[in-house]
Amino acid sequence: MELYAVLKITWWLLLGVLLIGLAVMVGMDMGIGAALRYFGRTDGERRAVLNMIGPHWDGNQVWFILGGGAVFAAWPTIYATAFSGLYIVMLLLLWSMIIRPLGFEYRSKLPSPSWRNLWDWGLFVSGLLPMVIFGAAIGNMLLGVPFHFNWYLESWYTGSFISLFNPFAILCGLMSLLLALYQGSAMVMNRGEGAVRERARRLGTWAGLLALALFTAGGFWVARLSGYVVTSGDDPAGPAMPLRKIVEMVQGAWLHNFSAYPVLWLVPGLTYVGVLAGVWALRRGWSHFGWWLGALGWIGTIGTVGAAMFPFMMPSSSNPSQSLTVWDASSSQTTLLWMLGWTIVFVPIVLIYTSWAFWIMRGKVTPAHVEGNDHAY
Amino acid sequence: MHSLQTVVDLSRWQFAATALYHFLFVPLTLGLSFLLAAMETVYVTTGRKIYKDMALFWGKLFAINFALGVATGLTMEFQFGTNWSQYSRFVGDVFGAPLAIEGLMAFFLESTFVGLMFFGWDRMSRGKHLLVTYMVALGSNLSALWILVANGFMQSPREAVFNPVTMRLELTSFADLIFSGDAQAKFVHTSIAGYVTAAMFVAGISGWYMLRNRHMELAKRSFRMAALFGVFASIGVISLGDALGFIDGGAQPAKLVAMEAMWKTRTPPAGFNVIAFPSQKQQRNLYEIQIPKLLTPLVTRTMDTVIPGADEVENQAMVRMKDGIPAVLALKTLSADPTNQPALAQFKAHEQDMGYALLLKRYAPDLRAATPADYQRAARAVIPNVAVIFWSFRVMVLAGFSMLFYLGVAAYCSLNNRVQDRRWLLKLAPWLIPAPFIACEAGWLVAEMGRQPWTVYGVLPTWMSVSTHSVGYLVFSLTGFVLIYSAFIVVEAYLMLKFIRKGPDEGRLAAPLH
Repeated sequence: MELYAVLKITWWLLLGVLLIGLAVMVGMDMGIGAALRYFGRTDGERRAVLNMIGPHWDGNQVWFILGGGAVFAAWPTIYATAFSGLYIVMLLLLWSMIIRPLGFEYRSKLPSPSWRNLWDWGLFVSGLLPMVIFGAAIGNMLLGVPFHFNWYLESWYTGSFISLFNPFAILCGLMSLLLALYQGSAMVMNRGEGAVRERARRLGTWAGLLALALFTAGGFWVARLSGYVVTSGDDPAGPAMPLRKIVEMVQGAWLHNFSAYPVLWLVPGLTYVGVLAGVWALRRGWSHFGWWLGALGWIGTIGTVGAAMFPFMMPSSSNPSQSLTVWDASSSQTTLLWMLGWTIVFVPIVLIYTSWAFWIMRGKVTPAHVEGNDHAY
Repeated sequence: MHSLQTVVDLSRWQFAATALYHFLFVPLTLGLSFLLAAMETVYVTTGRKIYKDMALFWGKLFAINFALGVATGLTMEFQFGTNWSQYSRFVGDVFGAPLAIEGLMAFFLESTFVGLMFFGWDRMSRGKHLLVTYMVALGSNLSALWILVANGFMQSPREAVFNPVTMRLELTSFADLIFSGDAQAKFVHTSIAGYVTAAMFVAGISGWYMLRNRHMELAKRSFRMAALFGVFASIGVISLGDALGFIDGGAQPAKLVAMEAMWKTRTPPAGFNVIAFPSQKQQRNLYEIQIPKLLTPLVTRTMDTVIPGADEVENQAMVRMKDGIPAVLALKTLSADPTNQPALAQFKAHEQDMGYALLLKRYAPDLRAATPADYQRAARAVIPNVAVIFWSFRVMVLAGFSMLFYLGVAAYCSLNNRVQDRRWLLKLAPWLIPAPFIACEAGWLVAEMGRQPWTVYGVLPTWMSVSTHSVGYLVFSLTGFVLIYSAFIVVEAYLMLKFIRKGPDEGRLAAPLH
């Protein structure tokens, strides 16, 4: 295979890694934000819960920022088309997300209960909405988005804002929220005690099981959806030019990859194994193990979408032949190669110091601990 | 056409407003992180607890500022795609890379360690915590480096070529991207401007405490450190600004025209306009006060180099517009058949001026039928808004020299231990806190408005860079940003003032909040 094609596949896999990192790390924080008022009934409990991720939320959020940057660098056509096409949704995502840093940093700076309640609800919105939108965005990718290009590749989105919130996309959005709640619950169990830990166990159990139910329902739904198939003009090593192929919509096409390579069924299997074993681990009180199993569930979920859609990344429902695929939406070979070099050097370094940060801050966080700490949230 | 102009204008307003807002918080992060590291270094090496109190107190203000920097930074990452999608697709191959590397190399570092800096005081040895604080400073400054590498590409794109097969710019040399002179000078200029900002911020608040005889030990030491740090930083920021003017003057003659309100090319050595009231419409200054012969040596380092005025810049632009037209026309053929040899040859022969033809296309949608009047209008558009840039530049320079002067006197008095007696010096300090912020914002106006009408200088005009949105979308988003950002700044300013008034917790352990 030619180098350019290998690089494209590598960056497709790396995009998957980034999305999984984002889902696991940011999802955990957002799950905690969304369920903050459930985990903690008193202000002391809530502060304890916030401080469990207090030292980490900012670092975790970089998975999101890096995700954006990497799509920009490696998949510029997708960055441009998706971010502008889904304009209103992107703004809602952004506006809900920018409440979060202030929620963490400012909430406990003033003693007034109404001030703190206000930020609690801010954290609720900025946890819930982004996770639903992430999931719904993935759901819409499976459905295809109504966009097309003119001859010099200016993209035009022709759908309405509200059509992005269709039933299938909402199902995906809720599934994403539930996995985030699961991941957040596992973290709260890791670092919480007593009643807080009990509530987290209960929420984690229900969120995990419901997520699996939605994952199953989504699977049956996808089998009946119209998927996309490239019928000609596919050129893995070709230039990033999405106007030179023919694509058809075929019902059930998203299962073609699975029929061609049955080994791929192991990928959705990971979701079942991860979440079921994870729920069991949370019930037994092994929440650290449960956290990692939740991450496995995310790998299975995002991997399933990737396996179903490959080589499609952003299909166009209004002009299928202009769909964006792994082969025609990437950066040039030079840029992909350089970026791969930077990634190989820096990702291990990032993983090392992130692990060190979690190790340094390990252990239980209690209301008493928070009261005695000047820098606590 | 009318609605396209509205979309372009509103997109520019939105980007400018959110970027300038973001940059209210960034400089303080850049500089204060190093001041915190310096304070903590003294604490760790001498073991004197007052320096830890200093790091903790200024760290608290750092945190309030940092949260908004992070929040508003997210907007910037989104906005290229949401509002400038044609730009993003056109340059993503080049411009995306530094943004991604920023996340990977700098932002992870800063954000991971900032959590440990705040929460890790009791969890690790002093030395380790000091290292953590330095990592925060390093991370935030590296982040500025990569952003300015990206910006340097927009200012002088030398490391990319247009590929007619993919209809976009593609990276030719990664080394040229990183080692662009514009990017390097601008990185140093911008990050040191952040150090001056932090110095003025700390000196201003410390001066306010000293006037009221509060927290004297902490305030005196903070004031001295800030003044020393600030005086060196001011010298650096001014000399790098001068270097940047030299680089920009060569790379972007139109920006220089606007900075100096120079409508006509003059025989060298040209005079320097201290004050001018430029009229864009009449292409002349309604009033000006000039120092003779100063401008030429200032920008060219010689006495006899001709600096092109607006007239010359416009004439050159018209020549390039005409020359670029065949390249744009060839593109249409190439989009259907990328192997068409005559079209390819035609494109190659004229590609260096394609950007100018695209600029002309704004006024003459059918380039083959472009009239002299269209050329004239396009050429006028090549000169950015002279009044705004001329005055922003002067405001920045004036603010810069005032701070250098103030910080110089402050450092001198502080080293002689006589600051407490110089009440005028202390009284002036809080009033100078806005100066660095104004200078930073004015500097960005010069850099970015001065690059108009281009997003990538000479290559991609601004009007072709926007997303294909309706005006309604822009009104919605701009309204949302104004409402949310206004609420945010009120909250931030309230908390900042409250914690400044409250002052450091002296001697006591953590006052719990109930």
